[in-house]
Amino acid sequence: MKQKNIFISAVAFLVLVFIAAVGVYKSQKPSTVASELLPALERINAPVKGGNKAKVTIVEFFDPACGTCSQFYPLVNNLVKKYQGKVNVVMRYAPLHQGSEDVVKMLEAAHLQGKFWPAVELLFANQQRWVEHHVSNPTNALAGIKTLDLDHEQLDRDWQSNEIAKIIARDITDGQTLKVRATPQFFVNGKPLIVFGYEELVDLVEEAVAEAY
Amino acid sequence: MKDQNGNLPPAHEPTESNHSWTLLFFAWLMATSGTLISLFFSEIVQLPVCVLCWYQRIALYPLVIILPLALFPYDVKAIRYVTPLVIFGWIVAFFHVLVVAGLIPEGAQPCVQGVPCSEIHFTLLGFLNIPVMSLIAFSIIWALLILSKKSFTRT
Repeated sequence: MKQKNIFISAVAFLVLVFIAAVGVYKSQKPSTVASELLPALERINAPVKGGNKAKVTIVEFFDPACGTCSQFYPLVNNLVKKYQGKVNVVMRYAPLHQGSEDVVKMLEAAHLQGKFWPAVELLFANQQRWVEHHVSNPTNALAGIKTLDLDHEQLDRDWQSNEIAKIIARDITDGQTLKVRATPQFFVNGKPLIVFGYEELVDLVEEAVAEAY
Repeated sequence: MKDQNGNLPPAHEPTESNHSWTLLFFAWLMATSGTLISLFFSEIVQLPVCVLCWYQRIALYPLVIILPLALFPYDVKAIRYVTPLVIFGWIVAFFHVLVVAGLIPEGAQPCVQGVPCSEIHFTLLGFLNIPVMSLIAFSIIWALLILSKKSFTRT
């Protein structure tokens, strides 16, 4: 009987310590990205949607081959629509999947022709046609992007250019600076989404809107 | 625990068997603390978990469930069943410590996906990183199992 009591007390004690540790950690954790890292969130001319005057900016690091990114795409669109003019979303490339580096170059090349959003929508919607076992097939992705109305020769030249390689390299470096290890990774006005989930993202955006307006 | 004549049952002499019980209880306490600490780091602090960490977890987490079954009632046979897990975990932890110390080159170890095992994300008191903590935990659990068994066979 005594041994049982010791055991049960130990279980209770460990559970309480764990809960307390979680509480202490959550309350102390800085909820904003360190100020010296903030510039890593921005890149001029990164694809953006939702109006220039929005005071709330969602920065999304994404990989076009990532299934969760594809599932989140309409959800993020809904957020931008819901807070018309108040919230915009900036897309940053985080090509974590094998082969994705070329695909994001193609997206950036489409962006130069003003076709980033239709191109990314198309890639997300048809992932099964160009992503096999988590490996991107750039040839198939390019064929998909070319079904859009854009200058094919320009696209071919652009995606293999040094300028675009530099832009992608910059996004990858920024992702590493911000410790983006999985996609999608969201930052709302500099605050990272700590616990991943759609509800959590909505809460973070709501909070930022309430603060800014 | 006394029988009708007021004598203690011979097979379970209380002081000695209590001793082995306590040692096994501490082994469980160690395994459970280690489990909770590792879950805290991966789920709450969200440190990445490398392949070697996973192998150690595979050896550690079952102890949290198996050892209580060996405590109520005390069952010395369970020590025989959990010891291979503990030895396996100890070997992986030892290997991991060598990788972190740079004594085994990065290329010779199995971490290819995403998270390099040689990277250290957390250090306490200058030397106590997570692989070292794991090695210490497995060593203590192993020692406690041996002591518990010895103290039982002596009775």
